Amino acid sequence: MDSKPVHFKRIAKEESWGYNRSTIDYIQNAAAHGLYEIRGLGAKRKVPHFDDLVFLGASLSRYPLEGYREKCSTKTILGTRFAKKPIELAIPITVAGMSFGSLSANVKESLGRAASEMGTSTTTGDGGMTQEERLSSKTLIYQCLPSRYGFNPDDVRRADAIEVVIGQGAKPGGGGMLLGQKISPRVAAMRTLPEGIDQRSACRHPDWTGPDDLAIKIQELRELTDWEKPIYVKVGATRTFNDVKLAVHSGADVVVVDGMQGGTAATQSCFIEHVGIPTLAAVRQAVDALEDLNMKGKVQLIVSGGIRTGADVAKALAMGADAVAIGQGVLYALGCNSETYVQNGAHFSAEDGYTALGTAAGFCHHCHTGKCPVGITTQDVILEQRLNPDVGAKRLKNYLKTLNMELTTIARACGKQNVHHLEPEDLVALTVEAAAMARLPLAGTNWIPGISGY
Amino acid sequence: MEHLTFDLAQRPLRELNQLLHTDAEAGKIGKVTVSNPDGAHNIAVGLNCPVEVEVIGHAGYYVGGMNKSASITVTGSAGTGAAENMMSGKVHIKGFASNGAGASAHGGLLVIDGDAGLRCGISLKGGDIVVGGSVGSFSAFMAQAGRMVICGDAGDALGDSLYEAVLYVKGNITSLGADAQIEPMSETDYAAVAALLQQSGPAFAAHDPHDFKRVASARTLYHWNADADQEY
Ligand code: SF4
Repeated sequence: MDSKPVHFKRIAKEESWGYNRSTIDYIQNAAAHGLYEIRGLGAKRKVPHFDDLVFLGASLSRYPLEGYREKCSTKTILGTRFAKKPIELAIPITVAGMSFGSLSANVKESLGRAASEMGTSTTTGDGGMTQEERLSSKTLIYQCLPSRYGFNPDDVRRADAIEVVIGQGAKPGGGGMLLGQKISPRVAAMRTLPEGIDQRSACRHPDWTGPDDLAIKIQELRELTDWEKPIYVKVGATRTFNDVKLAVHSGADVVVVDGMQGGTAATQSCFIEHVGIPTLAAVRQAVDALEDLNMKGKVQLIVSGGIRTGADVAKALAMGADAVAIGQGVLYALGCNSETYVQNGAHFSAEDGYTALGTAAGFCHHCHTGKCPVGITTQDVILEQRLNPDVGAKRLKNYLKTLNMELTTIARACGKQNVHHLEPEDLVALTVEAAAMARLPLAGTNWIPGISGY
Repeated sequence: MEHLTFDLAQRPLRELNQLLHTDAEAGKIGKVTVSNPDGAHNIAVGLNCPVEVEVIGHAGYYVGGMNKSASITVTGSAGTGAAENMMSGKVHIKGFASNGAGASAHGGLLVIDGDAGLRCGISLKGGDIVVGGSVGSFSAFMAQAGRMVICGDAGDALGDSLYEAVLYVKGNITSLGADAQIEPMSETDYAAVAALLQQSGPAFAAHDPHDFKRVASARTLYHWNADADQEY
């Protein structure tokens, strides 16, 4: 046999930074459809985050605690300012508001069960309170949103706290969205909407505008509940320093600050990526606002938006948060973006589901379609069976347990008997950006950009 | 059952609402007359039983808020959000009502003898609202279900992004909002208007249902349409 030399033609593959493949894809998608992209989850771009901070563990100058033996309290109390019945949690890690409608009823039940077993709370979301969630969740926070879908004084009375939602980190300034595929008969009835329509929620509350009105609205909720229940106010992170101050002036017991990494079930991707500030910057501003008003410890702060690990929780607490709320991490714990789903103890491939959505495990952000390949963000009677509530509850409980163990590990290493004793002095930053945003010294220096020196 | 007079100049609002939540719900009180309201906010909010409340004078924000079953009358005017998120029962404002009257009401009947401000019936979810005078701009914005009868005029953008709520207007409509359209009245509509006027009291009996126009959703915004120009 004759052998011939092989000639390779050189193919230049220099990718443009400004017009890389994802930008080209974006432009061509816009050109094909004349409509912006809508998707789920949170910001995908890299922003300064808790990863850019590290702890200064104890050494000679501070004593550590024994990792497994010495007690480290995680008890957390929220709503001590005005409410007769504050929320008492065993851990400072709560489940963020996610609606029945965006999630299936099974998932809502899983969240309630796992949270109750761990001694923490869940939150309703846009679309009202389901019986499943009230029954399964020992401590349930009931959201009062601009749309007021399914909002009902009986549920206000049944709730353990009320959260007035002004905005959300994924879309500060925007209302919710739920596309027709997810408006099942039950969801439609709960929201008083025609079945199958593409729902676009209001972005402003119908009965108040501005902080002076909000103060009266909060008073209404207090009068209605005979001043028993804590009132949370949730803001998407933008002008956080001012917004937190205004929330406190309006009479909030607890302020929830949701950074731009926070997730959503469906929003324009330009909104998710380009509106709002990173959680790291928001925590600092929120704590500044509380300290400025001498309200630290009187009004509690919950931070959310991209909290994934026990280290994230510890860093948020050290910066001054009283608790965190987790949304996307919870979804991932349940199996979001997993290659398989679990039924009767066996794993089954979910590849068909991802392929049908034009995506693959690890890349999916298609919660808005209602065709979640692993049965989480769906109202489809077949697909929702892919998440068994027992399996979901177990996995979420494990996740929360792990986070809490990591949190106490770090707290002990820093010599704290109580996770709430973690403080900014325990942290340093790895990048100049994070140092400036978090107002912490750059590791190995005492330089805080904008504060010390220049 | 007792008929009680509660003087808001002498006793705090907290006591009034507590009384209405506990004693009234326990069936001990049939009627409460509230004197000297002086524009106080949050009078008679969250009532949960068929008690009767009469407020002599002007009320502030959210009078009758989230009402269930109770019958609340204000002889004067009401501030923002009167009867907001009402579930059932009746709230009657004999004077004027400010912005957001009847916002997101799921049920019950709100009667306003005078005019209502901006966004009357915004996000309405099944309640009925009858207004003797005119309503301000953006009324019935995103109203999902329920009915509004407006005996006077309507301001700008009436019924913007309406869902299944139906509006009946006797006077002029400055402009209709996106997706709202005027439709012919049917016999059912005439009967509905007649019944709502009748329930609202003798002052409303003078209006002839045949003088009303029907405004409902054209339902063109119910679905995304990738080929159409999006207004959003
Ligand atoms: S796997 Fe389900 S929950 Fe996760 S991004 Fe895809 S659709 Fe959303």
